[in-house]
Amino acid sequence: MNGYAIAQIIWWLLLGVLLVGLAVMVGMDMGVGASLRYVGRTDTERRVALNIIGPHWDGNQVWFILGGGAIFAAFPLIYATAFSGFYVVMLLLLWTMILRPIGFEYRSRIGNPAWRGAWDWALVVSGAVPMVVFGAAFGNLFRGVPFHFEWNMTSFYTGGFLGLLNPFAVTTGVLSLAMSVMMGSLTVMNGAEGTMAARARGLAQVAGTVAIAVFAIDGFWVHSMAGYHWVSGPGPGIPQTPLQQAVITSPGAWFGNFTAHPVLWCVPVLGFAGMIGAILAARAKFSHLGWWSGALAWIGVIGTAGSALFPFMLPSSSDPSMSLTVWNSSSSELTLRWMIGFTVFFVPLILWYTGWAFWVMRGKITPDMVESDEHAY
Amino acid sequence: MINGTVIDLSRLQFAATALYHFLFVPLTLGMSFLLAAMETVYVTTGRPIYRRMAMFWGRLFMINFALGVATGLTMEFQFGTNWSFYSSFVGDIFGAPLAIEGLMAFFMESTFIGLMVFGWHRLSKGQHLAVTWLVALASNLSALWILVANGFMQDPQGAAFDPTTMRMHLTSFQDLIFSPDAQSKFVHTSIAGYVTGAIFVAGVSAYYLLRNRHVELAKRSFRMAVLFGVLATIGVVTLGDALGFVDAQAQPTKLAAMEGLWKTEPAPLPLNLIAFPDQAQQRNHGAVQIPAVLSLLETHSLDGTVPAIDALERQAVRQVEDGIPAVQALQTLSRNPEDPAALAQFNAHREDLGYGFLVQRYAPDLTRVTPAEIRQAARDSIPPVAAVFWSFRVMVGTGLAMLAFFVLATLYSLRNRIQEKPWLLKLAMGMIPVPFLANEAGWLVAELGRQPWTVYGVLPTWMSVSTHSVGYMAFSLIGFVALYSTFIAIEMYLMVRTIRIGPPEARGPRGPQPRPRPMPAGGAFATAPHAARTGD
Repeated sequence: MNGYAIAQIIWWLLLGVLLVGLAVMVGMDMGVGASLRYVGRTDTERRVALNIIGPHWDGNQVWFILGGGAIFAAFPLIYATAFSGFYVVMLLLLWTMILRPIGFEYRSRIGNPAWRGAWDWALVVSGAVPMVVFGAAFGNLFRGVPFHFEWNMTSFYTGGFLGLLNPFAVTTGVLSLAMSVMMGSLTVMNGAEGTMAARARGLAQVAGTVAIAVFAIDGFWVHSMAGYHWVSGPGPGIPQTPLQQAVITSPGAWFGNFTAHPVLWCVPVLGFAGMIGAILAARAKFSHLGWWSGALAWIGVIGTAGSALFPFMLPSSSDPSMSLTVWNSSSSELTLRWMIGFTVFFVPLILWYTGWAFWVMRGKITPDMVESDEHAY
Repeated sequence: MINGTVIDLSRLQFAATALYHFLFVPLTLGMSFLLAAMETVYVTTGRPIYRRMAMFWGRLFMINFALGVATGLTMEFQFGTNWSFYSSFVGDIFGAPLAIEGLMAFFMESTFIGLMVFGWHRLSKGQHLAVTWLVALASNLSALWILVANGFMQDPQGAAFDPTTMRMHLTSFQDLIFSPDAQSKFVHTSIAGYVTGAIFVAGVSAYYLLRNRHVELAKRSFRMAVLFGVLATIGVVTLGDALGFVDAQAQPTKLAAMEGLWKTEPAPLPLNLIAFPDQAQQRNHGAVQIPAVLSLLETHSLDGTVPAIDALERQAVRQVEDGIPAVQALQTLSRNPEDPAALAQFNAHREDLGYGFLVQRYAPDLTRVTPAEIRQAARDSIPPVAAVFWSFRVMVGTGLAMLAFFVLATLYSLRNRIQEKPWLLKLAMGMIPVPFLANEAGWLVAELGRQPWTVYGVLPTWMSVSTHSVGYMAFSLIGFVALYSTFIAIEMYLMVRTIRIGPPEARGPRGPQPRPRPMPAGGAFATAPHAARTGD
């Protein structure tokens, strides 16, 4: 294993870290948005919910932007092929996500109930739809996506839009939405008081239960599904194009890594344990503990998907041998090394000042506060 | 084969969404520094009016900022969705500054902006000031990295094409970030943002002064803005000149288009002040010229000269002819990466690979390329002259007009006679749209002038697009137009409404005082720790 292969693996792991950051931090805000009209029944209650994440949603959203930028820099072929292939779904994601900054910032600037009601719905949509799309995108990685390359690496996506919303992808979309609603509810439970906190507490348990059920069902589903198996090719640490390998599909192949390395079973177990822990903590009114347990559940779920797929990143269903792997879609060694340096330096720094920002803004948000503070959302 | 309509629709969508995004970004850049300056005066002098200023302008800042963030999301993803070949071809280089922008700048800006808005009552004076400065610093860092990325498209430094991966790869990170185009463009563009912020604050303050409202706040805001503006405008003009100088070396076709230089002439070259370029006939109509000035501007000497379009086109013909064997070798290497003859042929012609791609638009099978197709490709290597020529004149003209305004306004403002000059205040209000126009024109000069390339001399625009259907591209364009039109209407409405309402009047003789932290019980900020979720 040469230095380039090590850099490729480190970047694959770093991408996992960034995806967990995205799922945990953006997912929490999306969950608050998606459940806004359920958890908050009056305008003031909704403002309380929005102000709980108010100082942080913008910083959290950068995990999403960074996720896009990091895939672009470290795995440009994945960025190019997936984003253009998932075209209509990506537009759906973008168009709903760009409602969010405006919704947060503009909603409470005008008192008109129709205005606020419209933005409440916009925030619900912009919370729920992106999480379903993220989850569905992951689901499609297991099924493979119909694309192939020309001689010069021009990619062609040959599927339709509806193919991306197949039943399995819908279940993974539901899993992602359920987990983010669970995390959002734990956040509201932590920052609000009284009946709002009670509603959030109930919702967190329901969402967590749904997530456990879907995660389990998807495990069995993947077992019966045709997975991808890497047969030959230049392999790790060698500059190459996706035109030089051989890949076959066979049922149960996605469990190959688990069979070869049984220690990997700890990862899905962590997913289940995290979800169960979050539900129990919500029941016991330990919202902090529940939130951290939910974050571990995200590590387990994303880690399970990554462990099953490795080294595949974007399998091709129409021409499996053109599937994109860690080895054939990464950037050059020099780029990977520079980007490892920047990431390893900046991510801890980001976590540190994000932590400080949460600490400064700690404490419950009450109806009095949102009504008396001219800067509140 | 890629459909021509898809190429045009992709370009239109990119231009529309980028120009729209670029309405909000410069104002963010400029106002963030003005907010930091106002708050600095507050913290050092302790005078509450400066705190009210920072808070009021902060509200307007946030209305603008929200749309900048929202439309920035589109930009980050558009390369992948609409320009997938571009993304895979240069992602190794172009993706890095975008990712670093996220790591270094966006996180800092977005995290601290939350504290800037919500933290007035939670942070000490010094802490809040530090937070505001960090926001300003971060928005400038973000401009730095995005312009490093853009600089690579204008003048691809620090990268080479790798036939084994069929993509460009990074050869030197230092060359990428210290590219002269990227550096001069960063300074020019971010200072253009300061000018935008200064004109905006001066214009809105003038509105209050004309109506005799919030006079103390408006007078001080006006003075700070015009002082900041006069310095910034001088900077923009100076750096614009430097950028022209850099372009003369790195992008001769852009410079020739900016100046409408069709025919090679001996030095000293005259400047076309006004002209109506005609691309079909390759000449200007109705040109008004000033002798010798162009040589002075672009080469900083009287006997310097820059290549004209006729010479550039002749050179492009040679480059296209040289690029054809490079592409053919690459086709062989795609089937057999180790073919030694193809590798040797590729290495002999690799410099002009991009020009080989340029003619492939007309001759997908390069074994049957005709001389007419080669001439057409060479002609394509010249950007749309009239559009670049006039965008450049709009940018320079508005820039000089703003400089004149700032000089006048600074003189009267420093003598404290600004309120006696209603014409100047009205002019200040009228100037509000001018920097936005200048910024958009500047974007057009830079990006239209780069055509027909996405990466100058390396990757043609026509090849860079995704292989979508016309229907998909029309659908997405219509979607963006509908959403963005709604957004701008809402934004303008909120902006105007917030300006009309104005800042809250000072309470008591000394204005509102910052409340100490933690909050008194009346403020109802419970002290229960809430920080466990971040590990503190």
